[in-house]
Amino acid sequence: MIFGLGVLKGMMVTLKNFVLSYFTKERLTTVQYPEERIPEKERFRNFPFLIYDEKPEDLRCVSCDICAKECPPKCITIVRDSDEQGKPLKRPKVFDIDFSICMNCGICEEVCPFDAIFMDHEFELAEYGRFEDLNYHKDDLLKSNEYFAKIRPQDAARIDAKLREKAKLKETEIRGHNT
Amino acid sequence: MENADQIFVILKRSLMTWAGVFLPDWSLVFLSILISIGAIAVFGPVTMMYLTLLERKLVGRIQNRYGPNRVGFWGLLQPIADGIKMLTKEDIIPEKADRFAHFLAPVVIVIPALLIFSVIPFGRGMVAVDLSIGLLFFLALSSTTTIWIFVAAWGSRNKFSLLGGMRAVAQMISYEIPMVLSVVPVLIVAGSFSTVAIVEAQSGLNWFVFTPWGIAGFLIFFLTGVAEVNRTPFDLPEGESEIVAGFHTEYSGMKFALFYMAEFMNTFSISAIVATVYLGGWQGPWLPSWVWFFAKTYALIFVMMWFRGTLPRLRVDQLMGFAWKFLLPLALVNLLIAGIWTEFKTPANNIVSSLILFAALVILYWANRPEIPKKRVYRYAYADE
Repeated sequence: MIFGLGVLKGMMVTLKNFVLSYFTKERLTTVQYPEERIPEKERFRNFPFLIYDEKPEDLRCVSCDICAKECPPKCITIVRDSDEQGKPLKRPKVFDIDFSICMNCGICEEVCPFDAIFMDHEFELAEYGRFEDLNYHKDDLLKSNEYFAKIRPQDAARIDAKLREKAKLKETEIRGHNT
Repeated sequence: MENADQIFVILKRSLMTWAGVFLPDWSLVFLSILISIGAIAVFGPVTMMYLTLLERKLVGRIQNRYGPNRVGFWGLLQPIADGIKMLTKEDIIPEKADRFAHFLAPVVIVIPALLIFSVIPFGRGMVAVDLSIGLLFFLALSSTTTIWIFVAAWGSRNKFSLLGGMRAVAQMISYEIPMVLSVVPVLIVAGSFSTVAIVEAQSGLNWFVFTPWGIAGFLIFFLTGVAEVNRTPFDLPEGESEIVAGFHTEYSGMKFALFYMAEFMNTFSISAIVATVYLGGWQGPWLPSWVWFFAKTYALIFVMMWFRGTLPRLRVDQLMGFAWKFLLPLALVNLLIAGIWTEFKTPANNIVSSLILFAALVILYWANRPEIPKKRVYRYAYADE
């Protein structure tokens, strides 16, 4: 029986696989894509988005232009806003990211000193027009802080704590000045 | 239960009586033949289509994935999608190919596959043609498939196809000998070539597989049947991923579909014949006869697909060695013990046959042991350090 035993053992393995695939999940690992999805991981990195705190007008971006300068394929275009007299404001008037160029490297998130731009998790963004539809403007890129906390809870918690610390420090400073 | 068992016979009879009202008597013979042949001609290709789906789903489950399940509810419309795809594909013929041979081979290769269906007893009284030489008919037809594979390979004018074709011919003719020899014990005991008589000789539960010569004969017949159909592990001729696609490399569209259809119809008919000859055909307690028949046939088909999901392909020298050095002597010994079994009385015949079979198996295993060369000893190869 030494000769044919290997074949029989092999066949027992496949039979076990076949039968147990009806009962256990680990022997049938297919995820039926459009109906079921794999749960999102926090550190998954896709295209960027801009953060606002309470209202879309309170965006954190001050149009310092660092992310546009550091972006390797130069897909970010920033134009600073100015008020009626022409004095520059700390807000972008135009903030365009060309998603057909963006390579999802995450450098813009790493270098932003104001925690204003972060990488999103959305990947189902296919479009028909490369120039008309894949050029995302400021309004398309703005997403709330609650959304950020939902997709990346740990990072959001850390950033929120940092911002609260800064706000508290500024308040004690102002109070110190006033006394 | 009687009605459920004979339901198809009753259906055919009622069709004949209904038609006999307005058709002349001499044409009723033709009508009877037409009904049987029509049933087979519809049943054959539909079976083949759904066997392809069954195979894909089964092999998929073995490989930890679903099979096709997007097209219909359980993938049930997948074969129809495949059929439409193959019909609408462009028919490419190599420029210098032998057009007549290239065209003829896939058309004719389906014919033996369909003809075998006519001698298979699907149930009690449900055989299309009760030939007195039914089993010989089957053996002869399965031999004719060989030449059409070679014609396909030759007509493609492609060296690799020809190579695949030559290997296919070598494999098929060398597996025919143990196949025929393994059926002979059944003929000795049943006394007739007719498949109906063979099934009736296994009445009750004394199927031929429960005897010493029956077990060996069943295994030999089944393995040679798998080899005749060119299925894994013997699918060197069509060796997917080895020599592109073997003898059917240069075929596209409907011609390839015909080869595929012939292969699956052959799978079904071999399983059906093995079930008939060794496993007792439609014999079985309590359930209708055709249910038993299909259960046995599909159990054997499941085993063939299980082989496909498990085993790697045999190399051509291993394949030929298996046939000539192992199966053929075993088939001859099987013949001997079948003769002894019929001559002696119980229980001596079982004991003597089993002993001889066991001894033969031990000797064959010893004779076929793989040669493992001794470890080489090098001398004068290294300078004296």
